Amino acid sequence: MKSTFQLRYWNHINGWLLVLPAVFMIGLFTHYPIGANIFHSLFSMGTVTRPEVFTGLENYRYLMDDDIFWKVLKNNLVYSMCTVPASISIALGMALLINRNIKGRSLVRMSFFTPTVLPMIAVANIWLFFYTPEYGLFDQVFAFFGGDSHNWLGNPNSALYCLIVMVIWKEAGFFMVFYLAALQQLSPELKEAGLVEGSGGWYYFRRVTFPLLMPTTLFVMVNAVINSFKLVDHLIIMTKGGPDNASSLLLYYIYENAFSFWDTSYAATLTVVLVFILAIITIIQFTVVEKRIHYR
Amino acid sequence: MSIISLKNIYKSWGDTEVLKNINFECEDGELLVLLGPSGCGKSTTLRLIAGLEIPTSGIVEIGGKDVSDLPPVKRHISMVFQNYALFPHLNVAENIIFGLKARKIPKKEQKKRLENAADLLGLTDFLDRKPSQLSGGQRQRVALGRSIVAQVSVCLMDEPLSNLDAKLRQEMRQEIRSLQQRLKMTMVYVTHDQVEAMTIADRIILINGGVIEQHGTPEELYNYPATAFTGSFIGNPPMNILTPDTQLLQACPSILLPSVDFTAPYLLGIRPEDIEISSDSGMECLVELTEYLGADTLIVCKVEKHSITLTVKGRVAVSAGDQLRINWKVEKIHLFDAANGQRIEHLKGATP
Repeated sequence: MKSTFQLRYWNHINGWLLVLPAVFMIGLFTHYPIGANIFHSLFSMGTVTRPEVFTGLENYRYLMDDDIFWKVLKNNLVYSMCTVPASISIALGMALLINRNIKGRSLVRMSFFTPTVLPMIAVANIWLFFYTPEYGLFDQVFAFFGGDSHNWLGNPNSALYCLIVMVIWKEAGFFMVFYLAALQQLSPELKEAGLVEGSGGWYYFRRVTFPLLMPTTLFVMVNAVINSFKLVDHLIIMTKGGPDNASSLLLYYIYENAFSFWDTSYAATLTVVLVFILAIITIIQFTVVEKRIHYR
Repeated sequence: MSIISLKNIYKSWGDTEVLKNINFECEDGELLVLLGPSGCGKSTTLRLIAGLEIPTSGIVEIGGKDVSDLPPVKRHISMVFQNYALFPHLNVAENIIFGLKARKIPKKEQKKRLENAADLLGLTDFLDRKPSQLSGGQRQRVALGRSIVAQVSVCLMDEPLSNLDAKLRQEMRQEIRSLQQRLKMTMVYVTHDQVEAMTIADRIILINGGVIEQHGTPEELYNYPATAFTGSFIGNPPMNILTPDTQLLQACPSILLPSVDFTAPYLLGIRPEDIEISSDSGMECLVELTEYLGADTLIVCKVEKHSITLTVKGRVAVSAGDQLRINWKVEKIHLFDAANGQRIEHLKGATP
């Protein structure tokens, strides 16, 4: 009896020792920062002369009344709602296109993938030129057809959508790679069985291909949503959130508060909100959507 | 009436010609087996009938109609694939009626055909399961079910049993045969296993290197092999194919040999089960190896550099190194032309 007890005991110690490095890393870089952040959000902003004091939920009260926060949050929702479905469907379309035997397949594949390889900063600079009034690509094309000049990024009505278009262009190629990998895992026999059974392109796609790609779609979707909240590099180059915060996103607003205005407590408060939103989305994706997915 | 007919079919992949002048017909309600070693073109032939491949030249007819340019859907065929090709995310019922839904058959009719097929295949209790929750044999049945509900005249099967273990394979083989006869299906069945082919087929087409070696009933292929290849491919253990050289002709009493002029190149074929051990007559040889198989014993012996295999009933008291006399009836000898492997009749009045 004693020996079995000891064995169980050692098993536990062994197990804990094995996960210890991972626990340490995740604790240090994920759990501790979240906790510290929540703690920090309960204090007022400290300066050299006035040390920070505990203010409870004061920061959150301020947040509720902050018009810019609501505007930025709305921007971010529009941004996510546009970029996520669009980049996923374009990725799927491109993957389906180049999964077939077409001429110049590797060239097409490469050109679809190139935007992904470029750093966001470079992409933002390229698109900055595209959007430049008068001599940018878009205005030149419009001018050719007799259109007027537009200040694409300077107009509050179009600035956010200009960013959305660019991000879709950048992200779709990356997601395409995952879809392409998943498509190549599908047995050609299934496709042939589909052909014999009389299911044409769309029916087969709807009943077989798409459901079998669902695990990939979930993975891509989670990544796309997270990216839509965390990728703000292009804002710094292109609009700096302007004009009048028309193109600002939540994370960029946090960055501004923390490193431009040095209001770290308010930035911490905003961060808590961001983490909360992301947690909710992830939980929904992994519970509701997961149930409807077939895993092999 | 022939329901499938292939006329002058050629098929190449780039420079490699995989099928050369394939011509055959398959009768209504017949089970036709395409048999041959790996890479001989039998699966390609089946895929040509299905419309999954397009012949380089030649005509495929199904039901008297030229279908060479039609896609698989319009050929009124069903197909069972080697790995069953079941849709992993759909349950058994959905898998079976997948094609009916695609073809927009009325719901009531779908249900009727599904119940009928499930009943026939003993799948009624498994309709809600996913393919991953089924055994190999059950998956095979689902694939068959898909074929049955289609209610088409021709069913194509591509090595349907190759993923099953030996015992299950035999069961499924008998089941497929009885289904085919009960439902009067026309079936084209691809296999590389000659035992499977012999037991299941009405007719066999033996293919080798992209050409048809022989087309006939299992009895014809066994008793009258048209080529030396057919002789050696059909039957287990395979037929002995001997090249008669001077040493063999000296060692072998002339009564055992067909009366032909052996200065021309011939091949002699003799089945292991047609050879018997004799005490006083026949050819002297040296036992090299014996294998006891229960019902019979397999003996491999040597005459000069020729190796001859024979099977005898039950257990025999011979072992490696023993001297043995073997004997056979001369009419059991199959004579082939060494140049092209074609059969030559050496007995008067014998007809295949």
